[in-house]
Amino acid sequence: MNSIEIKNLNVKIEDQSILKDLCLTIPKGEVHAIMGPNGSGKSTLSKVLAGHPDYEVISGSAKMDETELLGLEPDEISREGLFLAFQYPVEVPGVSIANFIRAALQARLPKGDSIKAVDYYKKLYSKMESLGIDKTFTSRSMNEGFSGGEKKRCEILQMSMLEPKYCILDETDSGLDIDALRVVSEGVNSMKNSGRGILVITHYQRLLEYIVPDKVHVMWDGKIVRTGDKNLAIELEKNGYDWIKNEAVVA
Amino acid sequence: MIKPSNIEIDREKGNFHYPTSSYAFDAGIGLSAEVIKYISEVKNEENWVLDHRLKALSIFEKKPMPTHWASKDLENIDFDVIRYYLAQGQQPSRTWDEVPDDIKETFERLGIPEQERKFLAGVEAQFDSEAAYSRMKEDLEKEGVIFVGPTEGLKDHPEIFRKWFGKVIPSSDNKFSALNSAVFSGGSFIYVPPGVKLAQPLQAYFRINAENFGQFERTLIIADEGSEITYMEGCTAPKFETSTLHSAVVELVALKGSKIQYITVQNWSNNVYNLVTKRAIAEENAEVRWIDCNIGSKLTMKYPGVVLKGRKSRGEVLSIALANDGQHQDTGAKMIHSASETSSNVIAKSISIGNGRSSYRGLVQIPGHLKNCKNNTECDALLINSESQTDTYPAIAVKGDDNSVQHEASVSKVSAEQIFYMQQRGLSEAEAMSMYVNGFVNDLIREFPMEYSVELKRLIDLEMEGSVG
Repeated sequence: MNSIEIKNLNVKIEDQSILKDLCLTIPKGEVHAIMGPNGSGKSTLSKVLAGHPDYEVISGSAKMDETELLGLEPDEISREGLFLAFQYPVEVPGVSIANFIRAALQARLPKGDSIKAVDYYKKLYSKMESLGIDKTFTSRSMNEGFSGGEKKRCEILQMSMLEPKYCILDETDSGLDIDALRVVSEGVNSMKNSGRGILVITHYQRLLEYIVPDKVHVMWDGKIVRTGDKNLAIELEKNGYDWIKNEAVVA
Repeated sequence: MIKPSNIEIDREKGNFHYPTSSYAFDAGIGLSAEVIKYISEVKNEENWVLDHRLKALSIFEKKPMPTHWASKDLENIDFDVIRYYLAQGQQPSRTWDEVPDDIKETFERLGIPEQERKFLAGVEAQFDSEAAYSRMKEDLEKEGVIFVGPTEGLKDHPEIFRKWFGKVIPSSDNKFSALNSAVFSGGSFIYVPPGVKLAQPLQAYFRINAENFGQFERTLIIADEGSEITYMEGCTAPKFETSTLHSAVVELVALKGSKIQYITVQNWSNNVYNLVTKRAIAEENAEVRWIDCNIGSKLTMKYPGVVLKGRKSRGEVLSIALANDGQHQDTGAKMIHSASETSSNVIAKSISIGNGRSSYRGLVQIPGHLKNCKNNTECDALLINSESQTDTYPAIAVKGDDNSVQHEASVSKVSAEQIFYMQQRGLSEAEAMSMYVNGFVNDLIREFPMEYSVELKRLIDLEMEGSVG
């Protein structure tokens, strides 16, 4: 059972149903993409899996390998091995990237153990180099004054440093120029090649030219209404979502 | 949103005390001329010092509580139940071995001899009213540096200290400076001769060990021309059932071209009234820097000031205040420019947790006849919980076309999204809070000596534990 397995997930926020009997399985070593119009519940799904306290889970389950994620604290879910790359990464003023990632790694160690500074910086600098991030970046405050592309690179840097089992990328491609898109995609592909399960949430087929998905799911009104291969993404790009909506309504 | 706090602070190091019953000198309970005569007699003081004390007492009795502008909470101080002088009859020991065992154990738990071994040029440790331990490296003594308590300072070196004693902060400055001037005991009197630059800091620890006790140390530092000194003080007290009063007076005199840096890290338990008057005079081209970290206490009122008396003198206050549940940190800075080409800088950061309240009071005065004076003031407040409070009272009186003043203030809140983001990376809610707070004060902490920034970070982590429910 090496997968994230979501079964009949129903979620509300402020009395409004957002996810409705959603089912989805993402096995390790595969890339799955979720596409869908605004308001279909894509971002909600990512936040619920990450344990965001604003959402109310009515029923269903979401297991990561053998662990039930629903009901765990966000930090427990993170340490279990789920990483969420945020659509809008948040600023943490005065906390440098290097210190932040170090604290996150430290939180994964048993009490009393500590990270060796030399090893840590060696690893950090090599990851930064492969992501095309300048070394001086480490001393900048988390996301403070970053451009859109810098923020997304910083998310991927954290992802590759924390080595999660599963990754969710929530609209990581939004606001990226073509170079940044390539760098980010390389980062994600190397995660995939090392056997991790990846869920990519996106509006555009463009990203999927760089991160080739094993499966593409279309989400509408809180559930997955269609699943296909990468060609489904191309079809959506060409024809929009209306035909899916119509199908869903008819069904 | 972040839930209201449910604070149980473990003050770890500071929260222990010994039922020391063997006080050889005890001025009893309450305040009177007799109590003051007793203190003066025990200290074998000269008449002028006793007169100074008695005069201060009558000023104290006449002055009203400053509740017309300050917190009404001051009315809860009952001056009649406080003990004003308690000592075990010790002379400050010169070697650690001579310190009485129970006091030694207290300070060892606070890590004081360890601190001394590490990096200090001199250290004094005060237990209730009197210094229990005082030591300075011999080479400094040879250079003429004086580091003693006020009794010894006024008795043995009147030619140096009497001239400035009570001149920077007169007894009549405020009710609590009057109280201190009446009953002061312990503290540091320091003189640094011309041109002597202390490479390592001098340090004092103040420790309240007895319940219902008032600690009134008195500090006077004189940096002679071209000299440099860094002085650091640390304060702790155990948790008692009833309130305790700490009311110090600290006077700094920076003569021509000298530099004084005064660093305070206080970690009082949360029923200490901490009402301290701190002021410096900076002569020509001198520089005074106050670094003030206020953690703990029930109510702290403290506004370190610099009177910029000589041309081109510089004054700076860097302060961090952390108000936890049930606490009020009323802190700030005063910059009195009284010569041309003087400059001052104030950076104040406060953090309010739970229903804690932090207030900033600032005073900047630049009269119109001065030229080329500058002040920069920044005060930033961070609110952790929805019921946390902050307020700012800047008083800026700047006149004259050639002078400039810049004032910036900000209030920020930790957002639930920021905490969620940090938690998503694996930090617990408390760790995330702690990290956020450390980030908030980070640019200030960088200005501190290494040892103190580590200590401060640890204290902040402790305060943030349990600040989220």
